[in-house]
Amino acid sequence: MKSVLTITLGKAMLRLDDRRMQLVLSRLLQVGVLSASVVVLVGGVMYLVGHPGAGPADLRVFTGGTPMSLREPGLLVHRLMAGDAAALIQVGILILIATPILRVVFATIGFVRERDRLYVAIGLFVLGVMMLGLFKSG
Amino acid sequence: MGHPLVGWVDGGGKWLWGLGGGRDRMAGMSLVLFSALLFVGSFGAGLLGALTGLGGGVVLVPLLTLVFHVDMRFAMGASLISVIATSSGSAAAYVREGFSSIRIGMFLEVATTVGAIFGAFLAGKVPTRTLAIIFGVVLIYSAWLTWQHSRRAEEAVPVDPWSDKLRLSGRCPDGQGGEQNYTVCNIGGGFGMMAVAGTLSGLLGIGSGAVKVLAMDRVMRLPFKVSTATSNFMIGVTAATSAGVYLRRGYVDVGLAFPVMLGVLAGSVLGARFLVKTRVKVLRNIFILVISAMGVEMVVNGWLGKL
Repeated sequence: MKSVLTITLGKAMLRLDDRRMQLVLSRLLQVGVLSASVVVLVGGVMYLVGHPGAGPADLRVFTGGTPMSLREPGLLVHRLMAGDAAALIQVGILILIATPILRVVFATIGFVRERDRLYVAIGLFVLGVMMLGLFKSG
Repeated sequence: MGHPLVGWVDGGGKWLWGLGGGRDRMAGMSLVLFSALLFVGSFGAGLLGALTGLGGGVVLVPLLTLVFHVDMRFAMGASLISVIATSSGSAAAYVREGFSSIRIGMFLEVATTVGAIFGAFLAGKVPTRTLAIIFGVVLIYSAWLTWQHSRRAEEAVPVDPWSDKLRLSGRCPDGQGGEQNYTVCNIGGGFGMMAVAGTLSGLLGIGSGAVKVLAMDRVMRLPFKVSTATSNFMIGVTAATSAGVYLRRGYVDVGLAFPVMLGVLAGSVLGARFLVKTRVKVLRNIFILVISAMGVEMVVNGWLGKL
């Protein structure tokens, strides 16, 4: 899937007008949602198989929420390496969240190549706000 | 629960929990069955959402809170993730066909992303019962909007002088093999409404596609297909912005999110396939009723502090 993306991006570099940009972004969205779903599906099946006979987690009351080990990138990688199903689902969710972010990145690259300064600035601003949502603590 | 007006939602909930041995013996239900029921419910929401063009996200939070008795915050987390999946999926097709305007989308995303951060911030400050009431009001309002949609009055609005300067004017397929040009009206009004859409999205864990379409279709006077296509295109970016905040706050429970996301996605893909063949008007009216009933139930439950 990565190669498909690279080829599409490569083609786009040759002649990037609005039409090209639409095709690149369309493919990006497709690949992002598809790969996220596959990862979530695999993780989900593993999750169910790994909890035989278990009842559902009690989600009626919000007590602190998702464990920290799924929220901290370092700890998440650690759990993933141990073959943890919940961590795999979380990675799928992260791929999904990354898809629109990459969409903004690609569109901004397109604006750069079109030398459209106004929209490069707008794209960078949107990207900045998205990063604020992801990384600013509080 | 058990308000006479909308007892059917409650009835559905009792029936569901009956399968697992009642609400208070939740642990009696197996994880597999619980996940399967979540998948089926979300599938239905996605299917109906796609068939009516309103998106499945708007009924997900009521479904999860009222029927599955999930805490508002977990429901909002699962809903927001699903919204990213379905909107990006359908945006892929619209963008390829050339209906989505990348520039209009990017320009208005300035408003929706800032709104999304603000909304997600507020969601952490506001008690869940207040969130439930706001959610209910939004549901009832969107039901009313959908009802109104069929009889809109068209009056002439001048083209915004900034339409060309901001390079928002564009072209899209006209449906007869050619292309049609369009310009944008009232950019300031549309921009402001997008900030509201973004705030609601972050506050309630929804895509607020209805408000986005309203802003582009009615205020900015874009062709309807451009409005819906660009709205889908923007929903992912808006939702991903607040999803970051939700993720860090622990609103996204993986055990809940996986059956819900896969269910809504599968439902909306199937719904989009059948869209052409089905009689949409009847479905639309059913959906309006469902949304209004859920809206009332959310308000009542929020008011009584049961959510």
